[in-house]
Amino acid sequence: MARTPEPARSPSPGSAPGTLLTGADVARVIDRIAHQLIERAASVTAGRDAPAGDATGLSSLVLVGIPTRGAPLARRLAARIEAFSGITVDVGTVDITLYRDDLRLRGVRALESTVLPDGGIDDRLVVLVDDVLFSGRSVRAALDALRDLGRPHSVQLAVLVDRGHRELPIRADYVGKNVPTSRSQQVRVHLAETDGVDEVLVTEGESQ
Amino acid sequence: MKRHLLEAADLDRDDATLVLDTAAQIEQALAGREVKKLPTLRGRTVVNLFYEDSTRTRISFELAAKRLSADVINFSAKGSSVSKGESLKDTALTLEAMGADGVVVRHSASGAPHRLANWVRGSVVNAGDGTHEHPTQALLDAYTIRHRLGRLDGVRVTIVGDVLHSRVARSNVVLLQTLGAEVTLVAPPTLLPVGVGSWPAEVGYDLDAVLPKSDVVMMLRVQGERMNASFFPSAREYSRRYGLDARRMAALPDDAIVMHPGPMNRGMEIAAEVADSVRSTIVEQVANGVSVRMAVLYLLLGGAAQ
Repeated sequence: MARTPEPARSPSPGSAPGTLLTGADVARVIDRIAHQLIERAASVTAGRDAPAGDATGLSSLVLVGIPTRGAPLARRLAARIEAFSGITVDVGTVDITLYRDDLRLRGVRALESTVLPDGGIDDRLVVLVDDVLFSGRSVRAALDALRDLGRPHSVQLAVLVDRGHRELPIRADYVGKNVPTSRSQQVRVHLAETDGVDEVLVTEGESQ
Repeated sequence: MKRHLLEAADLDRDDATLVLDTAAQIEQALAGREVKKLPTLRGRTVVNLFYEDSTRTRISFELAAKRLSADVINFSAKGSSVSKGESLKDTALTLEAMGADGVVVRHSASGAPHRLANWVRGSVVNAGDGTHEHPTQALLDAYTIRHRLGRLDGVRVTIVGDVLHSRVARSNVVLLQTLGAEVTLVAPPTLLPVGVGSWPAEVGYDLDAVLPKSDVVMMLRVQGERMNASFFPSAREYSRRYGLDARRMAALPDDAIVMHPGPMNRGMEIAAEVADSVRSTIVEQVANGVSVRMAVLYLLLGGAAQ
């Protein structure tokens, strides 16, 4: 039986280079994901023993950012959830450098901080937060790190941009924006905390 | 960073700071965890090559490598082919043939790790060579000072005692100077090496005069096993002039700390009440040693082969 020829990987259509999300877009996307998290926290934790007085399920939620830019994103999401629901959710960061599968392919890099809420993550709803979902390898490394840190009730993933080209069976539960890209393109997320400005850019070229 | 860590001078200020920062991040990442293990060096082999007796350094390196999931082989001269007369070079070539990615070496001959570095492809880490250097001890001391005092720049460190036989003193002088601290050596003239005037440190002979101006006092062990002549009249006299007791500790500034690389001669260079006081960082130094050695192994072995 003749197989349909695989579509050529490159040049795939991609997006036009330029600004993908402006500062206002970023803020809107974060607001939307915050609302989705509030909705889903209630259903994911429904039927489980929630602390008295917490019908929202938000007290079991922990937002864990993947450095560099996932960390400020997690803090912003927490701030918006607090603004919308009045409930303070726990925030943490988990550095994945020591769990990467490409350490041997590159030079060593400096580590970033790993901070978890005092109570740990056992039996909680952990939502990993990252800026761009690409191959899925960072998320896999983060899942490996979480396994050493505790045993969450469940783990979900929130990303600002999903640019496709997955190399592992991983998907995001909350996506700010889906962007078709070609492999040769770069998606750059800039945040006020780390880069002085909120924006998401698509550029051509492999440079990093 | 260079491929080997043979002496404190291999680290410039950026490299040394990177090691300390990495150690701090590793400590933070492992704090309070049940599984104190990281997969970073899976499949890599680290050989601990110890030609000289050591407890804390060997265990510290072994634990550091194991926490990074490396395979660790311990080799001590006693009960090995070395006691049958095998040379350092032949031992090195054997290890090379077995594919060691990292070799941690302690040797009674100064310079042995430098020779070894020419013979093996993996990274060599000096875990103490003769009276020459012990760079990871200096790193863990710097880490401990930074942790306790919050800074290294401008910190006044006084190193007291058997400087002549101390690889710890030499490495510390070089590293602390690289990191911006001011080092003063205090010792009886017989226990200072020739050429100490060229070291980047002040030299003094009166401990009581220096103590009020010290943020850190590092007491060195009197290395009786390396002493082949009489360097001071009696232990009692040494202790009276250069030992740190409670009276001298009281002369230190309020937030000053007392360090010792261990093993201690209690009652000789340091009084028991000082060693067990809140100013003492001696137990902390041991714990920090594991984090710092993990950082060194990660930075040397973690990346792509160069």
